[in-house]
Amino acid sequence: MPKQILIDPVTRIEGHSKITIQLDDAGEVQDAQFHVTQFRGFEKFCEGRPFSEMPALTGRTCGICPVSHLFASSKACDALLAVTIPPTAAKLRRIMNLAQLVQSHALSFFHHSSPDLLFGMDAQPEKRNILGVIELRPSLARDGIALRKFGQEIIALLGGRRIHPAWVVPGGVSDPLESKMRDEMLAAIPDALAIAERTLAWFKGILEQFRDEIRTFGNFPSMFMALVTDQAAGEKNAQLEHYDGKLRFVDASGNIVADGIQPEKYSDYIAESVESFTYLKSPYYKSLGYPDGIYRVGPLARLNVIDRCGTPLADREWTEFLALRRGVILSSFHQHYARLIEILYGIERIEQLLNEPDILDKNVRAIAKPSRFEGIGVAEAPRGTLMHHYKIDENGLITWVNMIIATGHNNLAMNQSVKQVAQHYVRGDKLQEGMLNRVEAVIRSYDPCLSCSTHALGKMPLHLQLLGAGGNVLDEVKR
Amino acid sequence: MAVKTLTIDGKPVSAEENETILQAATDAGIKIPTLCHLDGLSEVGACRLCITEVSGSNKLLPACVTKVAEGMEVKTNSERLQKYRLMILELLFAERNHVCAVCVANNHCDLQNLAAEHGMTHVRFAYQYPNVPVDASHDWFVMDHNRCILCTRCVRVCDEIEGAHTWDVMGRGTNSRVITDLNQPWGESETCTSCSKCVQVCPTGALSSKGKSVAEMEKRRDFLPYLVQQREGRP
Repeated sequence: MPKQILIDPVTRIEGHSKITIQLDDAGEVQDAQFHVTQFRGFEKFCEGRPFSEMPALTGRTCGICPVSHLFASSKACDALLAVTIPPTAAKLRRIMNLAQLVQSHALSFFHHSSPDLLFGMDAQPEKRNILGVIELRPSLARDGIALRKFGQEIIALLGGRRIHPAWVVPGGVSDPLESKMRDEMLAAIPDALAIAERTLAWFKGILEQFRDEIRTFGNFPSMFMALVTDQAAGEKNAQLEHYDGKLRFVDASGNIVADGIQPEKYSDYIAESVESFTYLKSPYYKSLGYPDGIYRVGPLARLNVIDRCGTPLADREWTEFLALRRGVILSSFHQHYARLIEILYGIERIEQLLNEPDILDKNVRAIAKPSRFEGIGVAEAPRGTLMHHYKIDENGLITWVNMIIATGHNNLAMNQSVKQVAQHYVRGDKLQEGMLNRVEAVIRSYDPCLSCSTHALGKMPLHLQLLGAGGNVLDEVKR
Repeated sequence: MAVKTLTIDGKPVSAEENETILQAATDAGIKIPTLCHLDGLSEVGACRLCITEVSGSNKLLPACVTKVAEGMEVKTNSERLQKYRLMILELLFAERNHVCAVCVANNHCDLQNLAAEHGMTHVRFAYQYPNVPVDASHDWFVMDHNRCILCTRCVRVCDEIEGAHTWDVMGRGTNSRVITDLNQPWGESETCTSCSKCVQVCPTGALSSKGKSVAEMEKRRDFLPYLVQQREGRP
């Protein structure tokens, strides 16, 4: 008799979701689906608002990555104003975006995923959480907290507060950087770098224990997409780029499929499909159609599409990372690894930017009236490429909004990953904690932000049911 | 002019006979919360935040429009008054769509400040969520009815100080709206001189300069006493 397993909700991620696993008569996994069960409606209720409020409004999509939304949004507003923002403003925005990258990656790696890594996937959930980490390995927990603080403090120093700073505005930023604050940020760099390096060393040391997970956690061919630095045609020097640049797609062998794509042209390459089982839309690469046009974004994708990182320590680690496999790295388990390398890159790059001679320049805002009726802003959020697309009327009021969130790009890949993990680990009709946790852990490796991607709030006890074909509950786990 | 003597919060106070309780209290250093009142503009008693208890009267009387009288005993800060003031503030919040966190006037808003001063932690009344428009047709300014509390400061400053009388109020009750000219888009107003006085005196983010981001709209009201002084004695 065919049965269904339901994991509802999925824990230690940002937002609300559930997973269903369909078993056949023999108790083998036939299919698995990742359902995002929340709905928010930002695209609708922003209509009618003045465009200048959009960074703050869309920032409220999320309490973890408001900063990422601020950048995609303010860039879309810059496009409406048709201005090039002052160079110092662009650099300051970059610093805050990288600080966001560091703090969010630290949250994902240390707070959400380190319990799985430290205790193993089969450990009891009473232990396998951040409090367990604090007990067993206080230094690891402290490092996570310190690294997150590093990023948050930079955000607070620049924007006045850690969450929802109002500092990023259409045309640039509202206030220049003070030298005292720059010095404070620079002083925090050495400790942050040391944490990033020792965490990488620890992670590389335990990789061997996760061989099976590496092999089965979203390890399948797909395309990857990310922003890379702008470069002349034929040059092979595309570096990590989180704030500006051009979009690049590579295939599962690492061949460049599309390059130098102006972010404003995203809709020539990407289309969105809607499925009845989830509120999260599924973007796909247009020319391959749905669902073959599956691609991934995020830290792994970024490290897969570049020619080099662009900072010394990160480049060294990246070279070692690439040696894991010929071509590109396919296993989504390695998102953790990629996240750590990006943390390293972020800290190094922040230091470089803070040392730029014009970083204290007072000219940080271009004042203009809207000159275009349509604006698109694209930036790399910690979870991947984030797109905001606005249309306004002649008075500057929003008439139409489309937001494609990083987690959305990964929707097809997350579904495929869940299926792969379920097929490998789930057997029969008896639920086991380790199996269950692995299904969740693969989702966690993408660090999805569902609140953002369906543009809700909530806390998540876990409820998992094994249902018979008639909907009868065969087994049930609650926590 | 005759002088009246009265007590405010037990304090003996003397005031000229045409003065209001609010003026007498202010002169005596006693602070009564106000919202629609603004020094330099006429009084309308619209917001009722300045209500006071006057002995001999069952009604609560607004300090801004109640004249002093001989032997009057006024209380400005009783428990009963506090209760009503809090209720008034909550009702103001419930009536339109006030979302401080994403408002241009965040941290610079009279309504928000009063709510904080009165310890308003939540609103006990059902939010009305009215579907009201934003008029951004003016080149420089934006009118957001979501944030309007109908204090009519804009109407008064435009009429009494600028002399244009672009602003007025239409409708009744919760359907009241401030309007420009004959309820046409602000940008099409023939009388508006684009002087921005209305924007500056508006206590909330209802009237703001165009292009301002969240929390960026600081109001400048220093011009008002100056202009009033310059016009003293003129028609």
